[in-house]
Amino acid sequence: MIFTPIDIASSAVLLFLFLAMFTFLLSRRQRLMIDICFSLAAAASLLGFIAGAWTVAGGVTEKIVLLFGLPDLPFHLRLDPLSGFFLTVIGLLSFFVSVYSIGYVRGFLGKRSVTSLVVFYCLFIAGMFMVVMADDALIFLISWEIMAAASYFLVLFEHERIENRRAAFLYMVVAHVGAIAILLSFGILAGLATGFKDFSGYTFDAMRATQFPVGGATAAFLLAFFGFAAKAGIVPLHVWLPEAHPVAPSNVSALMSGVMLKTAIYGIIRVTFDLIKVFPWWWGALALALGLISAVMGVLYALMQHDLKRLLAYHSVENIGIILIGIGLAMIFTSFKLPLLAALALIAGLYHTMNHAMFKGLLFMGAGAVLHATNERNMEEMGGLIHRMPWTAALFLVGCVSISALPPFNGFVSEWLTFQAFLLSPGLPNPLLKLLIPLGAALLALTGALAAACFVKAFGVTFLGHWRGHHNPSVHEANWPMRFGMIMAALTCLLLGILPAMFIGWMDTLSAQLVGSKIGASSGAYGWMWLTPVAPERASYSGMIVFWGIMAVVVSTFLLLHVRPGKIHRAPVWDCGFEKINPRMQYNATSFAMPIRRIFGFLFSIRERVRAGSNPGHAAFPVRLNYSLRIRDRFWGWLYQPIVVSSFWIARHLGRLQQGRIQVYLIYSFITIIVLLVFL
Amino acid sequence: MKLYPFVIEILQILVLLAIAPVFAGWVKMLKCWSQGRSSPGLFQPYRDIRKLFSKDVVLAENASWIFRFTPYLVFGVALLAGCIIPILSTDLPLAATADVIVLVSLFAIARFFTALAGMDIGTAFGGMGSSREMTIASLAEPAMLMAIFTMSLAGGTTSLSQMTQVILSGQSVFRPSMAFAFLAFLLVAIAETGRIPVDNPATHLELTMIHEAMILEYSGRYLALVEWAGMMKLFLFFTLGIAAFFPWGIAASGDLYAVFSAFFFMGLKLGIEAVFLVLIETGLAKMRLFRLTEFLGSAFLLATLGMLSYFILE
Repeated sequence: MIFTPIDIASSAVLLFLFLAMFTFLLSRRQRLMIDICFSLAAAASLLGFIAGAWTVAGGVTEKIVLLFGLPDLPFHLRLDPLSGFFLTVIGLLSFFVSVYSIGYVRGFLGKRSVTSLVVFYCLFIAGMFMVVMADDALIFLISWEIMAAASYFLVLFEHERIENRRAAFLYMVVAHVGAIAILLSFGILAGLATGFKDFSGYTFDAMRATQFPVGGATAAFLLAFFGFAAKAGIVPLHVWLPEAHPVAPSNVSALMSGVMLKTAIYGIIRVTFDLIKVFPWWWGALALALGLISAVMGVLYALMQHDLKRLLAYHSVENIGIILIGIGLAMIFTSFKLPLLAALALIAGLYHTMNHAMFKGLLFMGAGAVLHATNERNMEEMGGLIHRMPWTAALFLVGCVSISALPPFNGFVSEWLTFQAFLLSPGLPNPLLKLLIPLGAALLALTGALAAACFVKAFGVTFLGHWRGHHNPSVHEANWPMRFGMIMAALTCLLLGILPAMFIGWMDTLSAQLVGSKIGASSGAYGWMWLTPVAPERASYSGMIVFWGIMAVVVSTFLLLHVRPGKIHRAPVWDCGFEKINPRMQYNATSFAMPIRRIFGFLFSIRERVRAGSNPGHAAFPVRLNYSLRIRDRFWGWLYQPIVVSSFWIARHLGRLQQGRIQVYLIYSFITIIVLLVFL
Repeated sequence: MKLYPFVIEILQILVLLAIAPVFAGWVKMLKCWSQGRSSPGLFQPYRDIRKLFSKDVVLAENASWIFRFTPYLVFGVALLAGCIIPILSTDLPLAATADVIVLVSLFAIARFFTALAGMDIGTAFGGMGSSREMTIASLAEPAMLMAIFTMSLAGGTTSLSQMTQVILSGQSVFRPSMAFAFLAFLLVAIAETGRIPVDNPATHLELTMIHEAMILEYSGRYLALVEWAGMMKLFLFFTLGIAAFFPWGIAASGDLYAVFSAFFFMGLKLGIEAVFLVLIETGLAKMRLFRLTEFLGSAFLLATLGMLSYFILE
């Protein structure tokens, strides 16, 4: 065959790099640049998607060795089902977002130059493609850094605002602390692969061929897990995420939340299931516990937000947690040699990876459309947008229903599969795990229900009711490229929800590669309409019938009731006969979350103050009330504030070395040379 | 005489549509008697629904399509759930559409849209109802899942028809885990269907209503659909409890005689269950909203105890 998947994927990467290099030629014609570059980016993403989908479907593994690299250490690229799957996810969402960007980035025309946005956008996607294709530690880390640096500049795009600069700095620090840990982890693995003799252990192939000693493997795993957790935003390393994602342009937020976090999930799976292969159960228990904490804390923090994009960013913490739950369960099952259950849990986690990319991309695109139209991120000032942005509202609603894990959309399928994996945990031989793991299922149920509450709030406050703001801007509907991007993402959400058995059948090669078992045949045992993950008698679900069943009843009831013409009178709101109602009396984001804030308040540091202005006539009737509420992440105070304070302290004291006099610096060099001569 | 499975499916829908209002009327009647009032009769819900259907709709000025779509969706979800839960027979062609977890999520989607409809008009009451409803639901969900988990342990299945068949197939020894799971399910069902002590379906007092606050602005056929779906939800939660814990008497095949006797047994069990519901509703006062954490927390605890007792005793 002339073309193989890896050729297609490489040409996609080359096209992105080409775009990044030559975009500046069009910088005088900004409008043309947006149209051409984002169309080509969409085409390149589609190539990546095709290559990935083909690899997974065929179950092929291909490698190429590049002719360049460091001296004697050439770069290796490889496409196997695991990288193919992530390539599919990244390619598909990048395709939707690139189409969306054609319309979205137009909003910056006349305000600022978008050349840097286009350049780093292309570099960013190229970096993500290369991360999943890398087959040695060097090119993996180089791609990882390209991805991190490009996204740093994207976060910094509107750099005149101080919060953007702070968020970008925080992001850079956390990303680099993580990268150091990953580097050290690969160092350990590469060293153990050759017994610390030469450098040939840097390829993933060499690591795969090695049986690692337990101690070394554990150290490497913990370092890698820490590094990838920092990128994925797992609690307590999540603090950069709600700062950086909201301030980036919305198309970039969609990519960062939707797929960049997934490269960290890819890293965790690659290191544990593929490179190390044999591990004790407590690694899985660690992943499971951190996943549960991230899921619950993420959704609770999200509920407290009133900035739409920040709320979505906290939901990424939650969803990464849910993905990690699936992977943690798969690790536990693998370590107890239960490959079928491991395959189920792994597929559940990976399915959620795909789903989260789609609905979170959709939601961020929708939030971008709202931001584009209203110049407002604060939900407390919004309301009633469904009347002026009907398309955006309907598409955003699809995202809300999907992320709240409601049938028949896609979020439900993966959560249901995760529940099924939990329900199979009584098969474990370890009594402690047998008793504790079901409690995790309850936490997952809590997460799902809280997410539903959060999205009733997000959609209800933003799109329903009346406009709450003081001034009334001229809100306009999103333009057509933006709508197309969102429509495609919404359709994918629905298709993944009603055709899960086909999708799981496609993923069979993936679980065969990683845990040596397949669930595709048993999942489709009843045919493509039904999903029966283990056995039809155990549990079954048909999103197709749920969707068409509800639709059929809705349509037939509607028609039956309209046989006889009934009148609909439009009238002012009744509201129990209260007449002086105004938009400020509506429930808003803060009041909606009040019961939950009160119940789970012990997890936050909350300062709530109500001050009544005094009325000299009647103390019982104050003139005005002043309400202020401040909610902070406890982890910031516990974990980060001490680090910040101590690093400032060290910097201050080290700063004394800098005297600003040339003689002093000469003495320093002299002393250094003496010390080196004495000790070496 | 054998009935085709899809005929049973249609019979189930008819039973659901017809009996749910009678059941709601029966509960109301018992409640009136136990509180020393005279009752409006068993068929009052029918009369209410008919009256509402024949009325014109008054719609708030800024109601969007969500507000108008929600009643149809809620009704559709209830009907679909009626096709899945074994009410008369376990031999249902659509039973494989959903296991218990999916069923709970089906009710969740109805709740999601009802809460959105509550916020659509932009009144304080609607938002208040939505906020409280979603809070209660998120506390009820973990308890519900633990109850399902415990129920699924005995038969190794979450499919409702399979669970029913496992119980029917003879191992009818008393299981402590099932007793705990039943108590947990009972508490959750009270919360989910909005009965006292969680919510009062009869109240329109501003500060205490939850479900009623969300549907306050509905009228005409929309209100009829919402009310009817509410009665079906109450009925379905009771039949769900029957199918999962006391399925004896249900038809295991399409035999006409068995289906008739199943109908009879269903009526008997529902009648008795209603008495217990009314005892709870009359004996207890409505709880403060923030006491509900204890109420639903104890449901969670009971379900967890059920699971532990399964691992330890069985």
